[in-house]
Amino acid sequence: MIMSGKFGRYGGVFVPELLIPALEELEGAFLKYREDKKFNKELEYYLQEFAGRPTSLYFARNLSEKWGCKVYLKREDMLHTGAHKINNTLGQGLLAKYMGKERLIAETGAGQHGIATAVVGALLNIPTEVYMGSEDVERQKLNVFRMELSGARVLSVDSGSRTLKDAINQAFRDWITNVDTTHYLIGSTMGPHPYPTMVKHFQKVIGRETKEQILQKEGELPDAVIACVGGGSNSIGIFSEFIDDEEVELIGVEGGGEGIGSGRTGATLSVGTEGILHGSFSYVLQNFDGQITEAHSVSAGLDYPGVGPEHSYLKITGRAEYVAITNKEALRGFELLSKYEGIIPALESSHAVAYAEKYAKMKENRGRSIVVNLSGRGDKDMFLVAREMGEKI
Amino acid sequence: MNSEEDYKNSKGNYNNSKGNYKNSEEDYENSKGNSDSLNIRVESYSAMFQRAKEKSEGVFIPFIVAGDPDFETSLQIVRELVEGGADALEIGFPFSDPVADGPTVQSADIRSLNAGMTTAKGFEFIRKIREFTSIPIGLLVYYNLIYKMGVDTFYENARKSGVNGILAADLPPEEAGDAVKAAEKNGLNQIFLAAETTSNERLQEIIKLCSGFLYVVSVMGVTGARSEMGTSTVEMVGRMRSHTKLPLCVGFGISKPEHITEVIKAGANGAIVGSILIDVIAENLGDQDILKAKIRESCREMKEATLKDQIE
Repeated sequence: MIMSGKFGRYGGVFVPELLIPALEELEGAFLKYREDKKFNKELEYYLQEFAGRPTSLYFARNLSEKWGCKVYLKREDMLHTGAHKINNTLGQGLLAKYMGKERLIAETGAGQHGIATAVVGALLNIPTEVYMGSEDVERQKLNVFRMELSGARVLSVDSGSRTLKDAINQAFRDWITNVDTTHYLIGSTMGPHPYPTMVKHFQKVIGRETKEQILQKEGELPDAVIACVGGGSNSIGIFSEFIDDEEVELIGVEGGGEGIGSGRTGATLSVGTEGILHGSFSYVLQNFDGQITEAHSVSAGLDYPGVGPEHSYLKITGRAEYVAITNKEALRGFELLSKYEGIIPALESSHAVAYAEKYAKMKENRGRSIVVNLSGRGDKDMFLVAREMGEKI
Repeated sequence: MNSEEDYKNSKGNYNNSKGNYKNSEEDYENSKGNSDSLNIRVESYSAMFQRAKEKSEGVFIPFIVAGDPDFETSLQIVRELVEGGADALEIGFPFSDPVADGPTVQSADIRSLNAGMTTAKGFEFIRKIREFTSIPIGLLVYYNLIYKMGVDTFYENARKSGVNGILAADLPPEEAGDAVKAAEKNGLNQIFLAAETTSNERLQEIIKLCSGFLYVVSVMGVTGARSEMGTSTVEMVGRMRSHTKLPLCVGFGISKPEHITEVIKAGANGAIVGSILIDVIAENLGDQDILKAKIRESCREMKEATLKDQIE
């Protein structure tokens, strides 16, 4: 490895020896191509023409009036496939192509990252297989069908908890077996080095655009940037550009599930402890012995017992603050944005919206400007939300 | 890490949600203080390899998961392995997310955890084995179990219960500083993996840190029985042999006595066999007598494959 892949004490390469050569190869390719003109030009082209960048920074007038703050929404929900995930899958997909890999594998929970990988596989003509827990396959049939329409094969994982965590385990096992031909396209800023650094690189575009846009509209930096945190890629993407601007508050919102004291939560940074999961040292949900426990959140994207190592670093250094929003509060955020702005957010992003309301209503924050990263749209969540609201559709 | 503090911090975070395994605080408290009293006789890896060399045979090391399918049965299985001719033992502590393992070992992990296995009980398990055998015992774990207990405490417990060496499946040399230090401090061997894709350069780095034996991964993949042994395994063993005097033991994917003979002929000192034995456990959960008889029989067959008349 050329870099240590550490963020303070967090991160690293906690993987079986068999994977080290593949990680070294990937790190080498990433460091080379991120400086490569042709690569960057091609990526730029796809981000614009295929994915729909740049996304707007939309001034949410109605909510701003209601909350007494200036509320801006970074509209990643407008991207192709409906979320920020495509920024990373385009970047890594293209990298895999430059590396001469013949096959892409990915893990997916609710299916968003799986879909974003599947369409990139179709776009770049790389056969794609997506691991998905059998319980998620059952819950997210529509997304399974979407992936299959884009030519990907969905592999149902029947081991362990049969959800995202085990889909990741299975993807690692596949990669260990097929390292020569295959690129493992991890969907978040987690996993062993170089993934947290590489995924951040491909998601930084969110923060770069946001900064430019807010300076143009407001002439100054925002007071706070709020984003939801599961594995942590949309939040790192938007935070990264503001980390050195210490006057900007960075707030990560975790999936609190039924509440952080309930034992049924996805709020890894709020209630977890330090440990090693899926290749890196970070905060994890675990028991006394270090057995990883199950996460819980109404939103599949926040339903993960680990978190990207850079978030652990930002937490411990105090540069970012992490809070938890419960399932119930997130549903309120979902309804608020739908009703007052005509924008239906993903349940993940609804957590950020819900916290933005809390933030805006604190006395000391009156009149401040807030950027909420609207990481995805809510189409995928319609059935679930309807059920939660007691509606039949 | 201070495990006392950790214990307090972790309280209440992991109540009874689905899929969470037994909380071992109690085991941990109970196990404190009673381990120093044991006077354990432990044979070293080097003595064991020397013994095999003198007999012109290879060594056979069976692997099972501690507590699979439950503590008592598992202990009886180990007894059969020892009586069946095992030269050393590789004992896994179960982990919730074993990325280097195939479905066979993962299922064993799940059976063991569901039967209440914890890290503290794992050490208790080793102490029980030490009551009837002195052959070398290697632990195969995932690093989070070590980290969570505290690296020093884990290695100290390992030494006190009679462990010879520790291999953490997800701990490459880059991250192994603390573990190697703790191993040295406690007089334990830190064992590392090397594979076909491991370059000669990297192999040198691994060998610098590795002691006891080098665990050579015979296939590119996870643990699990395979019907064929790749021809590249033979070449790889030869390459590694040319780089180190450390004993080489080949594991991952070995499922037949012929494979064992083959890797020893290629220059390995021994073979590690897990999944095929664990399959026997999984297939005979209903009948302990048959299970024990079959385990002993498999073990005998595989030990035979290491004998002088087979490998010459």
